[in-house]
Amino acid sequence: MESQRVEPVIKFALLEDILNLARANSLWPMTFGLACCAIEMMAAGASRFDLDRFGAGVFRPSPRQSDVMIVAGTISKKMAPAIQMLWEQMPNPKWCIAMGNCAISGGPFEYDGQYAIVPGAHLIVPVDITVPGCPPRPEGLIQGILALEDKITGGEHRNYLRRFRRMGGRG
Amino acid sequence: MGSEMASDWIRIIVGLIIVLAFSQLNALFLVWLERKVAGHIQLRYGPMEVGPHGILQTIADGIKLVGKELITPLSADWKLFVIAPVLVFMPVLVAFLVLPFDENLVIRDMNLGVLLIFAFSTLSVLAILAGGWAANNKYALLGAIRSVAQNVAYEIPLLLAVLSVALMTQSLRFSEIVAAQCRVWFIFLQPVAGLIFLICATAETNRAPFDIPEAESELIAGFHTEYSGMRFGLFFLAEYTNMFIVSAVATALFFGGWHGPFGFSFGLPGIVWFLLKVYILLFVIMWVRWTFPRVRFDQLMNFSWKVMLPLSLLNLIVTAAVLKFI
Repeated sequence: MESQRVEPVIKFALLEDILNLARANSLWPMTFGLACCAIEMMAAGASRFDLDRFGAGVFRPSPRQSDVMIVAGTISKKMAPAIQMLWEQMPNPKWCIAMGNCAISGGPFEYDGQYAIVPGAHLIVPVDITVPGCPPRPEGLIQGILALEDKITGGEHRNYLRRFRRMGGRG
Repeated sequence: MGSEMASDWIRIIVGLIIVLAFSQLNALFLVWLERKVAGHIQLRYGPMEVGPHGILQTIADGIKLVGKELITPLSADWKLFVIAPVLVFMPVLVAFLVLPFDENLVIRDMNLGVLLIFAFSTLSVLAILAGGWAANNKYALLGAIRSVAQNVAYEIPLLLAVLSVALMTQSLRFSEIVAAQCRVWFIFLQPVAGLIFLICATAETNRAPFDIPEAESELIAGFHTEYSGMRFGLFFLAEYTNMFIVSAVATALFFGGWHGPFGFSFGLPGIVWFLLKVYILLFVIMWVRWTFPRVRFDQLMNFSWKVMLPLSLLNLIVTAAVLKFI
């Protein structure tokens, strides 16, 4: 599905920047998991990895209050309408992270003649960030959240609020 | 007469501005503190990256909530739905009128101050019920109904505990109640009433282990399931300001208000002692939230009607008897 982002008619550059800075540093995910990737997502929120350091640890139970949907796991055809409905219940601006190979492309369950799964979250909701792995480690999810923050603010150098800077590696 | 009226109005307006600014700042600080306390209790750090030790985290959250889309469900009763978050915040502001921060630092020292606070704090339940009803969502409605049942159940032992303090001082004026504690705090004279008050206050503010109106595992997010953006933010703000108010009332009624321990002030002004005690009590409430599991609904109601109510009645009778015969 093509991402449909409508650009505002009038742009307030500074205000937009401030809003984006706040949005990037307060990404509340929805409490919602589909398969084994969700276990890694829980680990990312727990004590060893602690997503809350980046302000992304407030897992909201209601879609009305969450900003980012982490599609963590295999999307079965029965689950797809529910995911779509949850996505539509979230208020704008909202983002989606496809976590794990199943959510990206069906993973090991995608083969000729399979009838049970939706091969990829991008077929039902607009995906912003993909986090590959089977399942990805919690560090991988944190990397995905940081990449989403960069996408919102327009680069890590523009994220003036966050003190954390990535050392080396590819951005 | 005219200048007296004018000075009265100036007093009210200045007080209102200070109260608004203070309640917002206090909520920002408390949300941050809650996340840090939760983090450290769970062997995490909590917010770390936004500002030093994450101190700017709640400001980022607040700006983000202002920038979110406000959704009103199609089937909702939109007038009630829009007004409920404002309604829930109003009684909270009124309660600040009579809180005795220091000997002379009260907006209005009414002779029925204690009654006023409890009369208005009951109104916020009405707003929660309105919000839950107007959303036209089964989880929101169930959460609101639970909230009302819980508040009715815990209001009675709470007031009976306060009544035993009022019996001892023969007054409902905050300044007189605090002045009576200049040597010995009432928590030492009325330990049962103090404990009942703290437990009931936790239940009144819908905090864990009594947070069943918004129990995530049963009722998505309880009465604010359908609220998004800053409307949800207002419910949040009201909850944290409510926490401050119950802690402040507990400080004034049981922990000596602006007095230091046993009459020693150690040269500190009264407001420092008052705020210190309030924030220690707030920390205890957070501590309880992150270390105790949520109780079941029937356990909650049984605990109120079968334990707290008889205990507080007994405490009141014993207090009255002791005061009569000594």
